[in-house]
Amino acid sequence: MEDSLVDWSRAQFALTAMYHWLFVPLTLGLGFIVAIMETMYVKTGSEFWKKTTKFWMTLFAINFAIGVATGIIMEFEFGTNWANYSWFVGDIFGAPLAVEGILAFFMESTFFAVMFFGWDKVGKKFHLVSTWLVAIGSNLSALWILVANGWMQYPVGMYFNPDTVRNEMMSFWDVLFSPVAISKFLHTIGSGYITASLFVVGISAWYLLKRREIEFAKKSMLIGATFGLITSLFVALSGDESAHQMAHKQPVKLAAMEGLYEGREGAGLVALGILNPNKKIGDAQEEFLFDIEIPYILSILGYHELNAFVPGLEDLVYGNEKYGIMGAQEKIEKGKIALAALEGYKEAKKAGNAEEAAAAQATLEAHMPYFGYGYLKAPEEIVPPIATTFYAFHIMVWLGGWFIVLFALVLFFLTKRDIQNYPLLLKAALWSIPLGYVASEAGWVVAEVGRQPWAIQDLMPVGVAATHIASTNVMISFFLFAILFTTLLIAEIKIMTKQIKIGPNGGH
Amino acid sequence: MIGFGDLELLTLQQYWWIIVSLIGGLFVFIMFVQGGQTLINKLSKSETEKTMLVNAIGRKWELGFTTLVLFGGALFAAFPLFYATSFGGAYWVWLAILFCFIIQAVSYEYRTKPDNFLGQKTYEAFLYINGSLGVFLLGAAISTFFSGSEFVLDSNNFSHWQNPLRGLEALLNPFNYLLGLALVFLTRISGAMYFINIIDHEAIRERAVQSIKVDMIFFLVFFLGFLGWIFTKEGFAVDASGVVFMQKYKYLINFLEMPILLVLFVLGVLMVIVAVFNTVTFKKTCCIKTGGAGIVLTVTALLTSVGFNDTAYYPSTYDLQSSLTIMNSSGSHYTLMAMSYASLMVPFVLGYIALAWYSMDRVKITKEEIEAPDAHNY
Repeated sequence: MEDSLVDWSRAQFALTAMYHWLFVPLTLGLGFIVAIMETMYVKTGSEFWKKTTKFWMTLFAINFAIGVATGIIMEFEFGTNWANYSWFVGDIFGAPLAVEGILAFFMESTFFAVMFFGWDKVGKKFHLVSTWLVAIGSNLSALWILVANGWMQYPVGMYFNPDTVRNEMMSFWDVLFSPVAISKFLHTIGSGYITASLFVVGISAWYLLKRREIEFAKKSMLIGATFGLITSLFVALSGDESAHQMAHKQPVKLAAMEGLYEGREGAGLVALGILNPNKKIGDAQEEFLFDIEIPYILSILGYHELNAFVPGLEDLVYGNEKYGIMGAQEKIEKGKIALAALEGYKEAKKAGNAEEAAAAQATLEAHMPYFGYGYLKAPEEIVPPIATTFYAFHIMVWLGGWFIVLFALVLFFLTKRDIQNYPLLLKAALWSIPLGYVASEAGWVVAEVGRQPWAIQDLMPVGVAATHIASTNVMISFFLFAILFTTLLIAEIKIMTKQIKIGPNGGH
Repeated sequence: MIGFGDLELLTLQQYWWIIVSLIGGLFVFIMFVQGGQTLINKLSKSETEKTMLVNAIGRKWELGFTTLVLFGGALFAAFPLFYATSFGGAYWVWLAILFCFIIQAVSYEYRTKPDNFLGQKTYEAFLYINGSLGVFLLGAAISTFFSGSEFVLDSNNFSHWQNPLRGLEALLNPFNYLLGLALVFLTRISGAMYFINIIDHEAIRERAVQSIKVDMIFFLVFFLGFLGWIFTKEGFAVDASGVVFMQKYKYLINFLEMPILLVLFVLGVLMVIVAVFNTVTFKKTCCIKTGGAGIVLTVTALLTSVGFNDTAYYPSTYDLQSSLTIMNSSGSHYTLMAMSYASLMVPFVLGYIALAWYSMDRVKITKEEIEAPDAHNY
């Protein structure tokens, strides 16, 4: 398939997914924060909490609408732009998406209507339950799509059927409870809770800086910062689990995240570094222009062992006999055998030669783990864009650390001192709102750029997965999406800012 | 005990085709929201009246949106080859439809908010485009189930679309306009019936009745035209060995050979007609229920018929043998079984939707509610 088509298809998917992800995290977290606030209202009966709930709910709705708008394309884009992928693994990948529709989206949308229009139409309790169900529903939909994504990173629970020329599901439970899917789900929704907490804390800080809505701002801030501190600690832990999974399932990605070219025992974690931009795989140049490394940490994170060997990109590309690592060239050769066996199988079937077909099938099955490598030309192709992956990862980790500190500081000054006397902290809280989005998007960049060239790890490179279509079409639709989503984003930010300026007492 | 796993593959394929058809039927019904969107200006004489109309459908639009998403998801899981072939192949038609829905999703919430960047008129135009062009294109896309498309499948079952217009060529076939336009007018009728039911405001109700009278005539013209076309044309049939061939009167024969579908179809059409008659003649306000059920029955029966009785539901005129049937395009036995268990949740889901719907609509929309100071209005 032509390169420009693959590039435009990736660009469009990246564009739409990143736009969608600007809105989802806030929905995931703010849903729960609003539900907690409404619970306070129902428990205390205080009008203050009702007003507070309604204010944050208004912001929730503004964000939710554009999240839905950018979300619908995600579901159909697998078909429109990744048609071959959709056939090749649709038997596994489609199921979580359908279940997501049945179990999660309807819950969200049905109770969303009650949440907004039901205040005077249904009882207090029914209303509260609806608010909780919206939060649970949106998080459930995240579960199913992340199960699907986790499966692409670590395909399990299926076998390849040469008659239909696709992978078919063998165990729904293996797909659902795949360790990669679960840790991805927890890490991702956790990041959404942090984004939402930063949002609530930051906006509350703005009110305090403006000396407006003091009680409202402080109480909102307390809920936001508490929720944020708990969830950011949890996200740090789940990040550790993700690294452990990755060391075993996607070692290339892990090596790229750390800029690790040559593997070593007792590998350290690069805390801070600038990659050498001229460095190529296999040459003798230094990996970093400058770096600070914390010894042993990468081995511990990846393998829970002080001296464990962490393979570098060069080990993975060229192989390393000492540690029993197969090089990509050997995998490519095995992959080509698998592809040839598949063609042989199809021909034997057509000719009605059962014996030959069975032999071809046996060869195919033996080489199936390397199937996708058969489409690659050079072993270096297995390496993702290193700089993007490396920097995105480090930005995410540093910001994650900062958020823990910020929430702790806010909680301390809010409860032990008068936080209004600390404008610097309030400003830091305000400016951390965009940082939450940066960290969250960076996380997805690590996950998705870091797994290139694979659409499905080891089974299908993106070049094979794309729809057969003239690249001009995708280029045009890319710009249409870019224009439309940017316009809507501007509208969303303007509306949101205006509502915040109006404040909880100024309107609805 | 017998479970879904004990059923034959064909049975599961049929079960899923019925479910997909039912989702399609429910979707066309819930598109009263879209129809309503095209009536906002026509049925209102003041801003308050307009807001009443927008709020009436504004609390339902997400259900329709979700049903569309489920339609896509169910097709992906149950008939992945259709998902890959049609969405990837008829690229521009599906993207155009999706664009029409993307602009809908923000419009309710942003329409009257201060500082909304594009202005109220633009968001109302978005709603109109979604309700007219979006519905029309969906109808035209579904119409290709009968008129056929141009694609070929290779030995990997990867599809190759043969027309550079990537789906827009469906608009070059005038017959595809019939279903598209029929749907537009049908959803306007159901939208008006919904308004009559939910809004307690005499002037709006009267205008809605007037609009139904006109739209019904257009609907009947295009719908009967569509039926005339499919019942007289050659259809895409499949023989016992899976070979696709053209058969005269195939779609008429399908109904005659599956009388239960014929009964459901005719019953559905009659229910719509009765609902319209009662609304127009006796000024009844409850007819969205009868009419809605009628729409679900009609569409479900029609879609079911095109997948059953050895019919290729997504035919290729370019390479007849690449045509999709529910047998050659479905998910595996295991996946269909697993999904079938998930489908048992559907009655439960419909149950809580009905509960929420009932709780909300018990109280009709009035002028007073819309003008209340703390109302959450769209």
